[in-house]
Amino acid sequence: MTWGARDLHVTYGATEALRGVSLDAVAGEVAAVVGGDGAGKTTLLRALAGAVRPSSGTVDAPSLNHLGFMPTASGTWLDLTVDENIDFVAAAQGVTGPTLRSRRERLLAGAGLEQARGRLSRHLSGGMRQKLAFSLAMLHEPQLLILDEPSTGVDPVSRVDLWRMIATAAADGAAIVMATTYLDEAERAAHVLVLDEGETLLSGTPAEVLAGMPGHVTTVTAPVDRARAWRRGRVYREWSPEPPAPGTASVADLEDAVVGAALAKAERFEAAARG
Amino acid sequence: MVEPLISATNVTRTFGEFTAVDDVSLSVGSGEIVGLLGANGAGKTTLIRMILGVLGVSAGEITLFGEPPSRATRARLGYVPQGLGLWDDLTVQENLDFISGTYGKDAPELPAALGAIRTSLVGGIGLGHQRQVAFAAALGHTPELLVLDEPTSGVDPLSRARLWDLIHDAADRGVGVLVTTHYMQEAQQCDRLVLMSQGAAVAAGTEADIVKGTSVVAVQTARWHDAFTALSAADMVVMLAGTGVRVVGVQPDAVETALTAAGISGTVAAARPTLEETMAARERAS
Repeated sequence: MTWGARDLHVTYGATEALRGVSLDAVAGEVAAVVGGDGAGKTTLLRALAGAVRPSSGTVDAPSLNHLGFMPTASGTWLDLTVDENIDFVAAAQGVTGPTLRSRRERLLAGAGLEQARGRLSRHLSGGMRQKLAFSLAMLHEPQLLILDEPSTGVDPVSRVDLWRMIATAAADGAAIVMATTYLDEAERAAHVLVLDEGETLLSGTPAEVLAGMPGHVTTVTAPVDRARAWRRGRVYREWSPEPPAPGTASVADLEDAVVGAALAKAERFEAAARG
Repeated sequence: MVEPLISATNVTRTFGEFTAVDDVSLSVGSGEIVGLLGANGAGKTTLIRMILGVLGVSAGEITLFGEPPSRATRARLGYVPQGLGLWDDLTVQENLDFISGTYGKDAPELPAALGAIRTSLVGGIGLGHQRQVAFAAALGHTPELLVLDEPTSGVDPLSRARLWDLIHDAADRGVGVLVTTHYMQEAQQCDRLVLMSQGAAVAAGTEADIVKGTSVVAVQTARWHDAFTALSAADMVVMLAGTGVRVVGVQPDAVETALTAAGISGTVAAARPTLEETMAARERAS
């Protein structure tokens, strides 16, 4: 089963928040939506969840009772305990009896929260709270699970736990779409969509995204053009619009690919502005 | 020998029964970029507060520029907190004027990238620009030392690259930099790393030094779902990697055995560990 969005345009007043963005959400796979603040990640996720009406394009998503959504940094009730948070969402989703009992045990074990059942969400660490929020979004075992920056502010150790929970959900057959600003995290996904100012900058499997960057990136100690170069430790990376020399890779990793593609876009924009 | 800019020697800080920082030593020299890594609660923020001089040590010694932290040393360092420390209701220029004024200096020349938003309220500009303003404010009084708490969280990769250009340019001029991050690719920007866990500095050195000794096994199989489930059931730390999995803290033969027992075929090979995987393995072992 594949869900997703096709050629999506979303307008808020005079602002076009998304311009022609497409994304596949495949059962059993994780799709990562990458971009900075204001790139359109949340708008795309909200449109997938049916909370934002697109001005054009199509959204294909399961009905609400088969859809899970974890918002940025507010996916739990701070004044409820861990168990009460689960009770509350279970009641809203109609999950009861032995089903609730077994899912509660499984989710709390996966989240490492068994010892924290009676603790208020407010008193959990950031990582624990995000794992609880993930458990709440997963409680009704949705076919499509949408996660808005689940790992922002989460330390690397909790991030590993969170990813184990995400992978478990995918292994059990859910389609997962997650927004992130971390490119090393996006490398764990089957499909990566890089957004920039509401547009698709790069899209595909991690390998396709690397191959899709225009031009190539080299590692140099003294860049020719500082405007096309950026630091990586004590050396520089430098982007060139020319294809790489035969037999050499065009780029080292997703981070470089996205920076290169952003530079290419900025140069196109400047050239167009000059006419 | 040149005096380090930051020198922390066997520093401990307790709060009642709780030891937040436990016998940590660390130094940052001129022109050096040192990364401080660790889970939430590992003691990074407490250590930084002691270095800034806003919190005393329970034991051990901290010196900044060779003397105990004070108002005088504070004026010689630039600090960018996680929350940026800017005033949303002031414009970009007013923020810089105000912050420079507290150091008794004129506001720095506005970086070219911020020229167009000089008169915009900081609360109304994007996070990437806000971070650039916070950097300009921290660098305005030409500090000899920069302390940065998760400096690029939330920004797009090109903006992050440009912020790191600023950090490296400062280091090239001789400024020492202490930076905390949760972003593992950012750790690769540093000359040296210090990894904290439960208050203690558990590893230090280059990235290669820190990941040494952690074993990671990469599994490629058409059935990653089954491999993930089987290896998790065998109580291994399994990470998703595209359409394959990586297993942390075990040897290839153990993975091979577990996969064979579950009737799954695939290729199994030792792989180079990442910092994140190293931290997960250490946390699991402790």
